[in-house]
Amino acid sequence: MSERNISVTLKVWRQKNASVPGAFEIYKVDSVSTSSSFLEMMDLLNEQLIEEDKDPIAFDHDCREGICGTCSMVIDGIPHGKKALQTTCQLHMRSFNDGDNITIEPYRSKPFPVMRDLIVDREPMDAIMQAGGFVDQRIGAAQDANALPISKEIADKSMDAASCIGCGACVAVCPNASAMLLTSAKVGQLNLLPQGKPEKDRRALNMVRAMDGAGFGNCTNIGECEAACPKGVSLDFIAKMNRDYAVASAKEFFGVVG
Amino acid sequence: MSSLGKKYIMALSGLALVGFACGHMVGNLQMFLHPDWINEYAYKLQHLPYGLLWVVRIVMLTCVVAHMVTAVMLVIENYKARPEKYVAKANLQASFASRTMKYSGVILLAFIVFHIMHFTVQNIHPEFLHLETTLEGVGTIHHVYDKLLPLDRTTVHDVYSMVAHGFSLKFWYVSVFYIISMGLLCFHLMHGISSMFQSLGLRNDLWRKRLDRVALAAAVFVFIGFASLPLAGLLGIIEPITPLIASH
Ligand code: HEM
Ligand code: FES
Repeated sequence: MSERNISVTLKVWRQKNASVPGAFEIYKVDSVSTSSSFLEMMDLLNEQLIEEDKDPIAFDHDCREGICGTCSMVIDGIPHGKKALQTTCQLHMRSFNDGDNITIEPYRSKPFPVMRDLIVDREPMDAIMQAGGFVDQRIGAAQDANALPISKEIADKSMDAASCIGCGACVAVCPNASAMLLTSAKVGQLNLLPQGKPEKDRRALNMVRAMDGAGFGNCTNIGECEAACPKGVSLDFIAKMNRDYAVASAKEFFGVVG
Repeated sequence: MSSLGKKYIMALSGLALVGFACGHMVGNLQMFLHPDWINEYAYKLQHLPYGLLWVVRIVMLTCVVAHMVTAVMLVIENYKARPEKYVAKANLQASFASRTMKYSGVILLAFIVFHIMHFTVQNIHPEFLHLETTLEGVGTIHHVYDKLLPLDRTTVHDVYSMVAHGFSLKFWYVSVFYIISMGLLCFHLMHGISSMFQSLGLRNDLWRKRLDRVALAAAVFVFIGFASLPLAGLLGIIEPITPLIASH
């Protein structure tokens, strides 16, 4: 596709900090190259704002190549925008047309309060990880590749779960603001592997409890999360976590938690 | 209770309700046979040994209450988890049925209450209580209490005529309400029957697609089975064998 310049009109959420109400502001950005990324377009707008002596728009970003999970905007009602399997930083302006109106909102959920403009506090995800997203044994130096056999299917599945970059788009898109996809990916990646097996039950129990404690909503098996996930993490991991949690609860009842 | 605990309750109580609904629906279809079929069936259900009828009623009531109370808790929690809504909210792929579970559920509850008042308690039309007919010594009623009762003619409640009157053209709005409610049940089950496998962790990518189809087929099957009776009433296909005597 040949490169062109387009103009877009943005409706952006502006909010000074967590304790004051915010509101939408409208901005027009001209001469946006269709080859620029969405974040580069935001940079362009911010330069324009600085020039006009206004506050630039605060938004989260880091790697700008789809691996860190930091970028986090809801673009026209979809976290990371309308293109499947990509993050906001990977979304390009060629996906838009000249004269488009684009609404940009922060993630909306109780556990992720807006800190400023488009930046939300995603700290509750750390609380979930700290509750069980680790393996508690000393692993020493890297061992021989074949010392611990893992079947290809299991290794692949675990890798699929591990591809979660922890961006929180699943929470943002879920009509119930549930964090099930994220939590299940983090539970699943370890519960599938032999290294994670010894703590399988308590991992499921503790991570689900941390998730509940943070005030996320409940899953209604609708599947919007899977559709919005930039890494395509599957609903299968939610089913697996539901299964692991049920087994773990039963074992906990009989006092034999693994 | 944990979020997953609530989902397990939704799924298990939903499963019991689905099982009941399927059995109830097939039982009802006897309305399309000779009146003796449904009348004898109803008589036997009413006279099940060991208070089994009440056991089933209490189990079903418990399931409805558990399903409803848990649904209300889930809906409130979900509402609180997103205090500020999006101004632009896109829908990526969620089905209409999955997004309207709470609405279809609430109307179903109203339906269940009305339905029990209509045909079980019969206080919507108290004259239904006086519909009676006789059955000739039929079936296995002899064996119900493990003793042989000589059974030539038994006076039984004429359930066939009660349903036929209930769905007669005179009460066309009742039939319409039944058909609409069954349509909503169909939507509720289109999502619910597949969703309960996910809640219990008994689904994967391959089976999700299959179960979605099973759910659709089962939901449509239940809809056709249930809706056929009020529809037959509207079309005048089923006619009462006992006339209604207005009560004073
Ligand atoms: C009493 C009135 C009812 C209410 C208020 C109600 C409400 C709900 C709600 C809110 C859900 C959860 C939706 C979700 O997670 O997306 C649900 C799920 C479900 N309902 Fe109902 N419902 C009612 C009656 C019924 C009946 C009569 C049946 C069956 C014949 C039924 C079968 C199911 C099933 C199978 C599920 C799926 C459970 C799961 O997701 O694991 N419900 N209901
Ligand atoms: S900035 Fe790292 S994923 Fe977008």
